[in-house]
Amino acid sequence: MTVIVFTLIILIGSYFAGLLGSLTGLGGGVVIIPLLTLILNVDIHYAIGASLVSVIATSSGSAAAYVKEGITNMRLGMFLEIATTAGAMCGAILAVYVPTHYIAILFGVILLCSALLSLRKKAEQIVTEKSYLAKKLKLNSCYPTSTGSVQYSVRNVGGGFFMMIFAGVVSGLLGIGSGALKVIAMDTIMRIPFKVSTTTSNFMIGVTASASAVVYLQRGYISPGLVMPVVIGVLFGAFTGSKILVHTKSSGWLRWVFAIVVSFLAGQMIYNGIVGKI
Amino acid sequence: MKFKDTDIQSLIGKVLRGGMMLSMTVVIFGGIFFIYRHGHSIPNYKVFKGIPPFLQNIGSLIHASISFKGQAIIQLGIILLIATPILRVVFSTIGFALEKDYLYVGISILVLLIIFASMMSGHAG
Repeated sequence: MTVIVFTLIILIGSYFAGLLGSLTGLGGGVVIIPLLTLILNVDIHYAIGASLVSVIATSSGSAAAYVKEGITNMRLGMFLEIATTAGAMCGAILAVYVPTHYIAILFGVILLCSALLSLRKKAEQIVTEKSYLAKKLKLNSCYPTSTGSVQYSVRNVGGGFFMMIFAGVVSGLLGIGSGALKVIAMDTIMRIPFKVSTTTSNFMIGVTASASAVVYLQRGYISPGLVMPVVIGVLFGAFTGSKILVHTKSSGWLRWVFAIVVSFLAGQMIYNGIVGKI
Repeated sequence: MKFKDTDIQSLIGKVLRGGMMLSMTVVIFGGIFFIYRHGHSIPNYKVFKGIPPFLQNIGSLIHASISFKGQAIIQLGIILLIATPILRVVFSTIGFALEKDYLYVGISILVLLIIFASMMSGHAG
């Protein structure tokens, strides 16, 4: 296989990875890593490097739109970025010492959990009771809706912060955005409205990934010839996905199909990790 | 003139979008050169062996980009892409300073310091 054929295959594959990642809300990274390692036999370190760069591209692209609409809670994002960047730094350092087959198994497990979580029903919740820490840190805010501005409060700041450290470690170790974990921290623990938690998570993913990408860059994990088609493909795929999401309202069965595909990939990663092929 | 959250938000939106567009343009530009020069060689990513040394030193990277080496131009684009969210934090810091929200100036600087520490840890190994 020559470079030109290889690049074209990755470009097309990454496009679908970006599309799938955007439609499931899992992000492009979780699909691109199995594609590169399982199908194209790329070393997992190169795959993680390429995925991380594509995660930054999609985060910057989509966060720009949400920030302008004023839904993103920038103070909350910045405060939690202390946790995610510190976690990402630890994850990236750990990645050097953890054997690749353990990385593959952990990747599969996280992917499986994320797929299950993406199926769960999302009910909008507004909490108004004031927490001391949230007030001190000016985290309580409001966001615009069609019926006017909605006020909300933030609960359990400590718990959310702790979960974000974990999300950061996973992101740095596996080269994914770990958006699912970030949304759990904000949705389930801190009780933030769903719309705010998803956009703020997206906003934070770029900085989190950058904190570990600076390590990967120096370790030679980011190989330009491979990253180029991955980042272009994922970005265009994610863009198409965001267009489709706007047009289709009831995508219930679509989510199930995706969850099954992603679970299959997760199983393959775990299996290949156990038998030591990765 | 008083700075409000909304002013900073629109500025940050512009930084993110601009950085992403610029770096992707550089990556695609470099990609064309890369394919043109190496399109018919055989890629090997099966075994991890890092990247060529000329891509790891910023001086030689710029030098190679000027002489239109595709991989070097792509790598520059990637560095710009990685720098975009970090630049966003820098702009947020300035924004919080203009709002006189010193708690968040401190928090933003702490985030920047962590990223800097991460950069140093990669350098040491």
